Amino acid sequence: MSDITFHVKRFDPESGAPPRYEDFVVDVQGSMTVLEALFAIQEKQDGSLAFRYCCRSSICGSCAMYINGRYRLACQTNVLHLGVPTVTVEPLPHVPVVRDLVWDMDDFFAKYEAIKPWLIRNSQLPDTEVTQSPAERHKLNMPIDCILCAACYSSCPSVWGEEHFLGPAALLKAYRFEVDSRDEAGKERLPSWDNERGVYRCHTITNCIEACPKELSPTEGIQWLKGSAVRRRLLGRKK
Amino acid sequence: MPHHQLIVVGGGLAGLRAAIEAQEEGVDVAILSQVHPGRSHSGAAQGGVNAALANHPDAHDDSPEKHAFDTVKGSDYLADQQAALQMTTDAVPAIYQLEHWGCPFSRFDDGRIAQRPFGGAGYPRTCYGADKTGHYMLHTLVEQAYRRQIRMYIEWFVCRLIVEDGACRGVVAYSMTKGGFEEFRGDAVIVATGGAGRTYSNTTNAVISTGGGAAMAYHAGVPLKDMEFVQFHPTGLYTTHILMTEGCRGEGGYLLNKDGERFMARYAPKAMELAPRDITSRSIQTEINEGRGIDGKDYVYLDLRHLGAEKLAERLPGTRDLAIHFEGVDPVYEPIPIAPAQHYSMGGIDTDVDGRTVMPGLFAAGECGCVSVHGANRLGGNSLLETIVFGRRAGAAAARDILGAEGSQTPGEGDGKAAAAVQAAMDELAAREGSEDAYAIREEMTETMRLHFGIFRDAATMKSGLDALLALKERLKKAKLRHTGGVWNLDMIRTSELEGMLDVALATASGALARDESRGSHSRTDATSRDDERWLTHTLAYHQPDGGPPRLEYKPVELGLFEPQERKY
Repeated sequence: MSDITFHVKRFDPESGAPPRYEDFVVDVQGSMTVLEALFAIQEKQDGSLAFRYCCRSSICGSCAMYINGRYRLACQTNVLHLGVPTVTVEPLPHVPVVRDLVWDMDDFFAKYEAIKPWLIRNSQLPDTEVTQSPAERHKLNMPIDCILCAACYSSCPSVWGEEHFLGPAALLKAYRFEVDSRDEAGKERLPSWDNERGVYRCHTITNCIEACPKELSPTEGIQWLKGSAVRRRLLGRKK
Repeated sequence: MPHHQLIVVGGGLAGLRAAIEAQEEGVDVAILSQVHPGRSHSGAAQGGVNAALANHPDAHDDSPEKHAFDTVKGSDYLADQQAALQMTTDAVPAIYQLEHWGCPFSRFDDGRIAQRPFGGAGYPRTCYGADKTGHYMLHTLVEQAYRRQIRMYIEWFVCRLIVEDGACRGVVAYSMTKGGFEEFRGDAVIVATGGAGRTYSNTTNAVISTGGGAAMAYHAGVPLKDMEFVQFHPTGLYTTHILMTEGCRGEGGYLLNKDGERFMARYAPKAMELAPRDITSRSIQTEINEGRGIDGKDYVYLDLRHLGAEKLAERLPGTRDLAIHFEGVDPVYEPIPIAPAQHYSMGGIDTDVDGRTVMPGLFAAGECGCVSVHGANRLGGNSLLETIVFGRRAGAAAARDILGAEGSQTPGEGDGKAAAAVQAAMDELAAREGSEDAYAIREEMTETMRLHFGIFRDAATMKSGLDALLALKERLKKAKLRHTGGVWNLDMIRTSELEGMLDVALATASGALARDESRGSHSRTDATSRDDERWLTHTLAYHQPDGGPPRLEYKPVELGLFEPQERKY
């Protein structure tokens, strides 16, 4: 048991005041996570504290935040493991804040939608499944584990510098479908990412890899897409 | 004031599937969800989804009929048998359709969808994507919703149904991002808000699984069915109750007590660790109660070490991550401390196989509903199945009703009275005395449910639990909002939903106290056997606006396919 100070960045859009920091002391016990500490604050100290939450088991992607200067899921962050008496909790940086730790994800999901994030099939579907070898399926392992928490998006300097850049998460989703043996998009999805707001804005800074709480590599997917686009131009190959 | 022909409340698997179906039928549909649909609790499902595809080498003669039999036997014969067969028959095309939409199921070497053994199933028929099947299915349906440009109102918290002349004609919702209440009017509403696990303190469920949709329907006069049947998953992480999938045991994991004994041999000698969840959870709890928990504490071990790092990486990667992050245990090297945890509500809003309720214009699908296909105990892998089968059926039925009617049943414009009524209720909540703390009441409620309506039950314990819940309802009248108005007002959401949670909990408590037999998940130490003569019936709980416990009615179970017999595994 120990008293930990949570240094929380607050913003109330209705107050007209600029963002400020507020300290809350929480008696942290056992395996308490940052998300549980935020609930303790909201329940016992300040009912107005706003944050996103849902599964509390690192699969829904709601609670990506900037915790002690690192991109983390609040639910996956054990407070005592941080090993410090003060925990700074801020919303993801470089994105527009709605209230406290909640930010406006409309642009993020518009960019997700822009890359046509669905399987495209043109040929006649069989009565049963479209078969896929385990090796082909294996290629999907990394990108399908994305939880759209947007930590990568917030961490990417290319996103900071160019508001129209699709960003790592949307491009990882494009990769997820382009690399799927069942996908028959051909050139249908290509224009959405093979352009000046798409893959070429990625300068392999790899912040996204470091930020990802699921330990995925958007950069790897983006480089594959770049290679695929170039191969198409040079050789006319589909993939 | 927004108007859509069909309003779907909830953007999890059932809601998404319903919306997709209705839109394909040509209906103008909108989804309202408290979270982005991709964040719904459906995504936390891990182990898989059942369908008699017969892809497994040991399952070439599997069939929907055999799947239905396993489901009905697993339900302890409380499932409606034709409904179960409907689900298992619809299962096969439903899975192929998901696959055609891109769902990344794991594969056998021949390229077909992989299937693993699951509890209570006669064949390996649980289709899976590693141990993140719910996540993969959910994202597949989210993708399809975007592809179809289905209108999604994201981060809208639905507070109340609009009922006019006895029919459901829309909802009132709080805009979390803009603030304020708004009426959404429509010809029909499908409630697909998931379970009520958060009425228990020891639940695997997401924080938003508060039974809100069930409470709304219940408050509007629609009965809740079979709420006393609450599933306890055998393997919740000891500290956090986070789910460790049944797939762990499907892949060969052991349950061990403090003596290192695979104790399931004494409870289910044939099925061992793959007995149905009610039996497995009771067995674990018995080990704990009799002092054979690890170090005499209230947990046992789920041991995966013999499966090896490679198999864990291939089949159970998420399980390993969760155990490391949330319990500090690496299953490659150490056994995982687990205990049973509340996991699923077999009961819910009373519906038929098309999601229809007794109220015209109101449908329900998924965990918030009760068809009933799970009866007194749901088989693992049947809940993901339920969402896509009955989500689709509810969407189709709502579309048929809407398109079959002559013109719209609802004027596009309401008079704003419903939204004003919700605003007035919030104002009243803010003006209360404030001598009670809503969060303390919530905590006491969840502990009451854990302690008084857990795996083993008896009349005296349940009676005192029921009284405690009624006392909490009285105390709630003195709890007030601490924070009013504005955007992202969690205090308003979490305080205002508490009354519904208490009412749903009371429906569970009352049904359980009345049912003096043991069946499936409802296990009474003072009435240990199943009593088909008196209790082969569904419980219907009706909300009493005076604040008392619900009025209970009963209706017969639909039999006809399988003769009830003793369950042995």
